[in-house]
This record gives sequence, structure tokens and C-alpha cells, in this order.
Amino acid sequence: MSERTLYDKIWDSHIVAQLESGQYQLFIGLHLIHEVTTPQAFASMKETGSKMAFPERTVATADHITPTLTKLRPFKDDLAESMMSALEQNVDEFGVRFLNWASGKQGIVHVIGPELGLSQPGMTIACGDSHTSTHGAVGSLGFGIGTTEVGFVLETQTIVLNRLKVHRINVNGELNKGVYAKDVILRIIHDLGIKGGLGNAYEYAGKVIDEMGMEGRMTVCNMSIEGGARIGYVNPDQTTFDYLEGREFTPKGEAFERAKDYWKSVASDADAEYDQVTDIEGGSIEPMVTWGINPGQSVGISENLPDPKSFEGEDIKTAERGYEFMALKPGDKIAGTKIDVAFLGSCTNSRISDLREGARVMKGNKVNPRVRMLVVPGSQQVQAQAEEEGLHEIFREAGAEWGNAGCSMCLGMNPDKLVGAERSISSSNRNFIGRQGSPRGRTHLGSPATVAASAIEGCLTNPADVVGD
Amino acid sequence: MSDQKITQVRGRAIPMPGDDIDTDRITPARFLTALTWKGIEKALFCDERENTPDHPIDNPNYKGAKILFVGKNFGSGSSREHAPQAIKRFGIDAIVGVSFAEIFAGNSLAIGMPLMTASAEEIQKLIAHTQKNSETEYTADLETLTLSWGDESLSVGMLEERRQSFLKGTWNILAILRANLPQVREVAEGLPYMREFQD
Repeated sequence: MSERTLYDKIWDSHIVAQLESGQYQLFIGLHLIHEVTTPQAFASMKETGSKMAFPERTVATADHITPTLTKLRPFKDDLAESMMSALEQNVDEFGVRFLNWASGKQGIVHVIGPELGLSQPGMTIACGDSHTSTHGAVGSLGFGIGTTEVGFVLETQTIVLNRLKVHRINVNGELNKGVYAKDVILRIIHDLGIKGGLGNAYEYAGKVIDEMGMEGRMTVCNMSIEGGARIGYVNPDQTTFDYLEGREFTPKGEAFERAKDYWKSVASDADAEYDQVTDIEGGSIEPMVTWGINPGQSVGISENLPDPKSFEGEDIKTAERGYEFMALKPGDKIAGTKIDVAFLGSCTNSRISDLREGARVMKGNKVNPRVRMLVVPGSQQVQAQAEEEGLHEIFREAGAEWGNAGCSMCLGMNPDKLVGAERSISSSNRNFIGRQGSPRGRTHLGSPATVAASAIEGCLTNPADVVGD
Repeated sequence: MSDQKITQVRGRAIPMPGDDIDTDRITPARFLTALTWKGIEKALFCDERENTPDHPIDNPNYKGAKILFVGKNFGSGSSREHAPQAIKRFGIDAIVGVSFAEIFAGNSLAIGMPLMTASAEEIQKLIAHTQKNSETEYTADLETLTLSWGDESLSVGMLEERRQSFLKGTWNILAILRANLPQVREVAEGLPYMREFQD
């Protein structure tokens, strides 16, 4: 059969049943869990005396609530401590593999999945976290799910879904120097809107994506959900196979060769049909930063802020609300906006290539004395690699804090938070009101290079102005 | 499971104007550290309620409402089920809006809270009407796909599969998923990665 997309192929091979309602019961190949969205699911299993159907297909870690500047237990926050203890108890009781601090493999769930070779092409992957779309970078379907659905997976290794449409997004041509995967996805969300992907899976393709490294692809797929698309993926290719080869859970030897054949077979057919196709010229993308209260409200770093009247319908009100909350004015330049905090981390941008780019900009410079900068690697393994390369020294010498792996200041569930009306430049994924832990905190999203450049200058800055390339 | 059928939701409504109301606004992250759902309704819109004296959730005119009127892309962002749980535990049994984020819609189905859609113009009218006439009783009917009040009525949309789940009472689906475990194992056996590509 030809004319099928990767989405079609993986969907078809994982259907267990069509339910009476018409929805589909889909098998989940890999279930990743963390401390925040699982306690109620385990509690209800204990109540009913249920067992896990495929305990070996679930892998746990802790990321959202883990403090990044200390490893001391118990945590200062009693609720965080009880959440962590609950996870430890649950994985123990149900026999789930737990990648904790002691294992040396702890980290943000969406960083460690690909890093350990757990996430593989052709799989369905579910996790109680909306950024599970990240795993689409390896050519899988990653579903963000709620806690009741986590319970479904624990007990039956399945979830219930409706089929999505597939929207192919071609990023053509070449990126300019100093433009990164983060800028690409912010531009895609800017162009298609934060509702553009509702009911869709995004397939990212085109020369820019083809030539992009795996970690860049993860950044792009990670933010699919910010564009409204529950799923985002890139077809597996040589870059994917090279990335996965030799990783802990990747098949070895002859099995790897067989795996590669299978992985190639799940890629979209050349004549696959799409519900929609969008083309974006890579050369037209510049470093992007958000100015408002959702990830679609962004501009190129050289641009002036848009007139709310340039939007339509309710989006005009959302823009006005954005300006009011962010204390910015239409027509002003976004570059030069003073910041208080710079955060380099999160499941969007905390991998080794992100830290290298941040360090490249930071090297020989100092964090502006008015700015607090926090750099948090996505996993213990990323941290070890970065420290081997001396990146932590570059950040520390510049005056930044260097943390231990975790979600950190992306979401205000651990000690790393904005305070009061502080304004941040952040390599994370959401600039929603209150997202970084302070109800009045203001967030600008940008690439790791933009975070580093802005930390140095004390205001939103094009990284090219600092490194001169 | 017939007692789980949801065919109709009747009651007054809370108008919640604005598009793109994300789950961080509905239930801020720092309230996610609880181990049970108990009391999660206290987190509902808590940050913006603190800064908005006339927030619809606190407006006594809407007290006891069963239906929520919302704009486009409601429930966007984080997958946290805490958001629909807080809404439902606050007392809301159905939401009528222009559109809903996908994960939020899945979570709402899983906990038995129907979501219905209407055009932006119709929602705007409903919100304006309710703001002026908070005592209006609405009937959201899943069988006829209508929202009616007084002498008026409008057609609403629902994903057919989700509508059927409520009408048939199969939204609480765990037992059905469990009953399919033999087929689940069959599908698993057919997937090469489940055999670690050993053959």
C-alpha cells in the first residue's frame, strides 16, 4: 500500500479495536511517566487492586518538581516531597523502571526518552505531559495525555483516540546564520497561529528540516502543541539512525539493521496525501522572540511590535491583553526591552547542542549585573557531557547559576520561579500568564543563543550583535 | 453501564469570554502538587480571580451554574487533567465553546464532561445574553444536538464519536479497554519493536 503518511502507518499498525462510539483504541509502545500527573492514576489502581498490563513498557523519572540547586532530601517543599515519595513508592510497588538521581540517567522526560534510545521510530509514545510531541522528532507518534488516560495505559497499555488530519509543513531553502530550530518553530506558530493545528498532526519536512540535527528537530516537534497540534513529527532518515545507533535501549548488531529497515518503512511515502501543505522560506526566518501571552504572539528580533488592529476578531483583544500584561506598546522595538532573568533550559532547549550555543555566545562575556541567569541541563547525562566540555565553567565565569537536571523555571513547580513582575527571556515553551511561577511574571521566549545574548546585554538582543556572525 | 449515560445537561450558565484560555490559567502549576483530586476546584482560575474583583467564577449571579460558555481554543497548553477536574468539581457538567484544545477534549471525555461547539457569533450572543440574564436556564441536549432556553434554541456541534460515548454511557471506558486485553496482546506481538527486532 502506498500513499500513506508516517501518521497513517503508525496509527494503522497500533489499532487494537474500533469502539462502539467510533473512536479507536490504540496500543502504546512506550509509556513515560513522571511525578506530577501519575499519583491519582496509581491511587485508583491500588483502590481497585489492578495490575499493569505491560510494566516493562513504562519508564519513570522525576523532573517537574525536582529542585535544581540542591539534591538534598527531604525537599524543603512538603508537597513536593510527598509527591516524590509517592512516585518512589508506586514504581517500587508496580515494578516500574525508575531513572532517578542515583541511576545517573534522571532528567526531563522528553530529553531522556530519545537520549537513551527509548524513543524509536514507528512507536506510539504516551506521557502525561503535553510536550510528548517532542518524541515525534525520531519518527514516532508522541501523545500528551491526562491522568485518567495515564491510568488507561498503566492498566491496558492503550488509549482512546480520534484520527487526526495531517498537515505537512515544508521549511524550504536555508536558514541564515544565527537562526535556530527554536526560531523556526516560533515562526511556524506565528504564521499558522496557536489554533492552526487543532485536529491536526504536523509533519515537518523540507530542506531545512532535512539538514537539521536531531536535537533541533526535537525543539521543533516539542512546540507542536503550542501551535495546537497534539502531534508533530519528522520522518526518520539517516540523521535519525545515526543519532540512535549505540544508545542504551537501541537494538544492537543485526537487530539494529533489522530495526533500520523497519524504521525506513514507517516514513511517509513519497506520494503520500496530506490534508494541508504549507511552505515557509527558511531564509525569511530571523531570530524570533515572543512579546505577548501566548507562543503565537512573536516577532523577529529586528521588528517593531504589531498593531493589535492588525489581528482579527478575539485575537485583537488577546493582543491588547498581551500588551497590558507585558507592559509593552505597539510600534515599539522589541529589541532593547530590559529583562531581569534569563533562563536556559526546559524540554524545548536543554540538550547539549543548546548549551553549546548558549556557551558560545556567553564565552568571554559577563551576565549583566541586573540579570539573574539560570542554566539547567535537561538530564544528568547532558550535564555530565557539558561539564566534560567545560561549558559549566563558561556559564559560571560569566555569572550564571548552573543547576542540576530538571524542568526548572519553565513552569513554577519547583524552587526556580520568577518573583513579582520580573521579566524573563526564556528558552522554554510557554509565555502564558503565571507560567514561570509568579502570577505577574512576564516571559519572552527565544532560542538559547538569544537567551545568552540578552543576559549579557540586559535586554532582548539579537545574538548576532554579540557574537558578530 | 446505562447509569453512566449523559444525554442532557440543564442549568444556568457562567459566561467566560476570551479566546485561548490555557490550562495554566485554569489551574496554575503550583497547585498541581496534590496527590488526589480532592479540593482541586479551589485552584480554579485562582490567580486571575485574585486580581479580578468581578471574575465570573466568583459572581454570585452565576452561583450553582452547570454550564460554562467559552471562546476559541479553550484548554490549550499543558495536558494537566487538573484543569477539567477543577471545572467539573466546581459544579460544571458541560462546556459550550467555539473550539477546544485536543488534549483538554480527551481529558473531558475521560471524566464525563461533554464539550459542545457553536460559532463565534453565537457564543458571543450567549455570553452577552447570560451576562444580562444570569437566571436563564439552558438545556444542552446531546441527543438533538441543541442548546435551548426560553423559546429559543440553537444547533450545537460535537465530535460524533465523543457524542456516542456519552449517549451510550461508554465514556468511562476502562472496563471496555480491559476487556480487549487479548487483542492488545495480539497487536503487541505483531510489532517488531516489542520483540526487540530479534527476528
